Amino acid sequence: MQKQQENLSIKHTNGIGKEEWGLPEEVTSVEEMVRLYRDGKISEDEFRRFRLQHGMYGSRLSKDYTMVRVKVPAGILYPEQLTRLAKLSEDFSIGSVHVTTRQNIQMHWVYLDDAPAVERGLVEVGLTTREACGNTVRNVVCSPFAGICRNEPFDVTPYAKALARFFLRNPMCQNLPRKFKFNFACCDEHSYARIADVGLVPVVKDGADSDGRVVRGFRIYIGGGLGPASYLAELLEEFTPEDMLLPTCMAVIRLFDRLGDREKVHRNRMRYLVHDMGFEKFRDLVLKERRIVLMTRSVLARLHIREASIDAPDTDDIDLLELKPFNAPDGFHRWVKSNVMDQKQKGYAVVFVPLPAGDVTARQLRALASICREFSHEGCVITTPTQGFAIRWVMKSRLVELYKRLSEAGLANYGALSIASVVGCTSTTSCNLAITNAHRLAKEIRSRLIELGLDMDDALSDTTIKISGCPNSCGQHMIATIGFFGAAVRINNSLTPAYNMLLGGKVGKDNALGRIVARVPARRIIDVILRLIDVYRKERVDGERFASWIDRILEGKGTGNIKNVDDLKLIIEEASRLPSPAEDPESYMDYGSDSRFIVRTARGECAA
Amino acid sequence: MILARRYPVLVEPEELLDMLSSKDAILLDVRKEEDYIQGHIQDAISLPLAKVLECMNPKQLYTLFESVGIDVNNRNSRHVVVYDDTFGALASRVAWALEYIGYEKVSLLSITYSRWVSLGYSIEKGLTKISKPVTESTNNTDTNDSILATYEYIQSILEGIKQLQHGSISSRAVLLDVRERLNYLDHHIPHAINIPWKAFAGEDRILKPVDEINALLSCRKISSDDEVIVYCGSVGTLSGLSYYALRLAGYSKVRLYARSLKEWRSLNLPVEGFKDAHYWDLSAE
Repeated sequence: MQKQQENLSIKHTNGIGKEEWGLPEEVTSVEEMVRLYRDGKISEDEFRRFRLQHGMYGSRLSKDYTMVRVKVPAGILYPEQLTRLAKLSEDFSIGSVHVTTRQNIQMHWVYLDDAPAVERGLVEVGLTTREACGNTVRNVVCSPFAGICRNEPFDVTPYAKALARFFLRNPMCQNLPRKFKFNFACCDEHSYARIADVGLVPVVKDGADSDGRVVRGFRIYIGGGLGPASYLAELLEEFTPEDMLLPTCMAVIRLFDRLGDREKVHRNRMRYLVHDMGFEKFRDLVLKERRIVLMTRSVLARLHIREASIDAPDTDDIDLLELKPFNAPDGFHRWVKSNVMDQKQKGYAVVFVPLPAGDVTARQLRALASICREFSHEGCVITTPTQGFAIRWVMKSRLVELYKRLSEAGLANYGALSIASVVGCTSTTSCNLAITNAHRLAKEIRSRLIELGLDMDDALSDTTIKISGCPNSCGQHMIATIGFFGAAVRINNSLTPAYNMLLGGKVGKDNALGRIVARVPARRIIDVILRLIDVYRKERVDGERFASWIDRILEGKGTGNIKNVDDLKLIIEEASRLPSPAEDPESYMDYGSDSRFIVRTARGECAA
Repeated sequence: MILARRYPVLVEPEELLDMLSSKDAILLDVRKEEDYIQGHIQDAISLPLAKVLECMNPKQLYTLFESVGIDVNNRNSRHVVVYDDTFGALASRVAWALEYIGYEKVSLLSITYSRWVSLGYSIEKGLTKISKPVTESTNNTDTNDSILATYEYIQSILEGIKQLQHGSISSRAVLLDVRERLNYLDHHIPHAINIPWKAFAGEDRILKPVDEINALLSCRKISSDDEVIVYCGSVGTLSGLSYYALRLAGYSKVRLYARSLKEWRSLNLPVEGFKDAHYWDLSAE
């Protein structure tokens, strides 16, 4: 194994390590292909394959428009990229952009013929749409805490970027049976590692090399993913040293490429292959394949780990809880409580910027760019899995100033680290697969929770709410304390927008998938959530948190009036009841709609 | 058929200063009068857009422009330069009105008033100077109808555009909606296409460079041989700016639907839109 060390080169670079992900020649090919398609020279299928490879995903029930997904490895965006996204969204999209749970940026309702111009604008500032969609390695996700997390043994960001760089445009993953996702965690607590095809959690091992030094490595999880059928990834081996990171990832991709199902479109993610085969068998194959990779791979197959250096002067630490500046403006404390966290580096904090269901305007992006320049000592922002931004390396002594600046831009919303950080996929606002308007629902829930001050309740701070407009799980409903996915049900003889409700999902150390417990009409979701919180407040024992109480009930260990999930179902059912359509027609309409509910979907391209 | 412009669409700040110092130009500030009083470019005359919009017929426009010293019927009259602080949209609408009554010696200042101030050019404060009105007013009320689109005109060409979209005729007219994308998706005049006006706007200048404007239009297969009719949501300001973007790019057959959708809707004329998605909920506004 030691011999492999040469295949991992570590370079220390100065500066912030900005990557150029885009390629100018790809603008030309996008231009050419759009033209050929519009002139009828290439088929729909051929064009689809091409455009997905280049981040263009079909818009809901329309051929003229496209969604442009910008791939943002590790979620890192620089100020000039933010201002460019702002301008492109005004010129070619809807004047705002959407931050996704996998740290991408999406521009919606772009006229197909304008896509080359958008592509050009992105490439000029180092961004790309390449392999943001399609059957390739998708955006490499990395914890927004990486590099600043108290629990992490080392910063995984350089590894995430290196892996992204290695697989981007790599011939070995251009035509996989299905999309393929990598998630890097900073530590177990903040880990989304087990919901990806390959998830990586950093660990170190004392005396693992021949000189008895500490060796960096990973716990690598394989075969997870969310969707109509979700699985948590399983651990490959106790410790994978860093020099085996790339060979292991290559081995998994090669296996998937060779053995994955290319026929059954709804069952061709790798998790199905792993599940059908059995994990033990798949693990053996991966370990065998890794030996073959080690024997046969090119000397060029290596990761270039570039550690970024951060220009942050030493500064005195301030306790965030004690932070009571005399000049604190209204709302400052509430904002600090629900958006700001200590970094492991003394005197610095990470500030989260929650966005309503991930939407941010061009004006706000410009403000964020200038705030980033002034306040972040690493000079960039990070997109988060809860559809927001993190501004890191902020001196705690400047938080008041930062709060004022964010407020002016409408970006000092409450609740990023609270129950109010509600995730909602784009659903019927742009997606072909959507049944219900999960996007608007997420916004409605969020504003209601904030209105009620529930973002301030410590007992709810680790409770999450995540919503998808269909079973495909882009809204990650399976890992929420309270999750929902869209459905259409007939109630009182009327087709009604509704959601399947799941309880008990979570990421992190005790990673678990939610369990479906009920079906709730869209217009009753907020009532049901509030009712659950009410019941919890009456039933909780010894200050247990909401999420723990839910777990206890799901285990059937309730001690008060609610003993088990059946008792809870009765409560939910009661809060879900609708009057007749004649009495209350609105209850039978979806959010954002003033007419009778109908289901219209078309072929999916991205999620199965 | 309109000929290529003899006068530039844009005048740069340094050019303006030269023109003003040699008394070759009339500078119009079309912001609200109170803003003008707070500060304006030296030698500018206040002519708020609202006054232009109040004019119900060409005769009133003639009278209004003559009242600020523009000798509309005299081809040797001074060069008019217009500016505002609203992306150049208000200035465009006023400049277009002058062109409409046949006075083509008009240009836009290439930057907004705020930009002018931030670049450190001098300003002055106070009430407007009394400009010498044109005394020998004529009764001429000729108009340049080739730059105007009325709703009747649009109705008359819609059938042609429809046939064009089906590829059956060759002469081209394009109806261009310059409102933001979501407004357009919601409803628009049938067969209109959409390029949001901001796509024509520069970062620091009111208009993008010519090659960028042309790139935008060629993406949509619009060429300078086409007749282009621009409209926006209300009174032809944002579409006025877009009108000048096209003129800057060398388009000679451009018409402004000055009364725009506001009139079209009030007349209950048909609109179409895209109803299969809840796109409004994607907006972060």
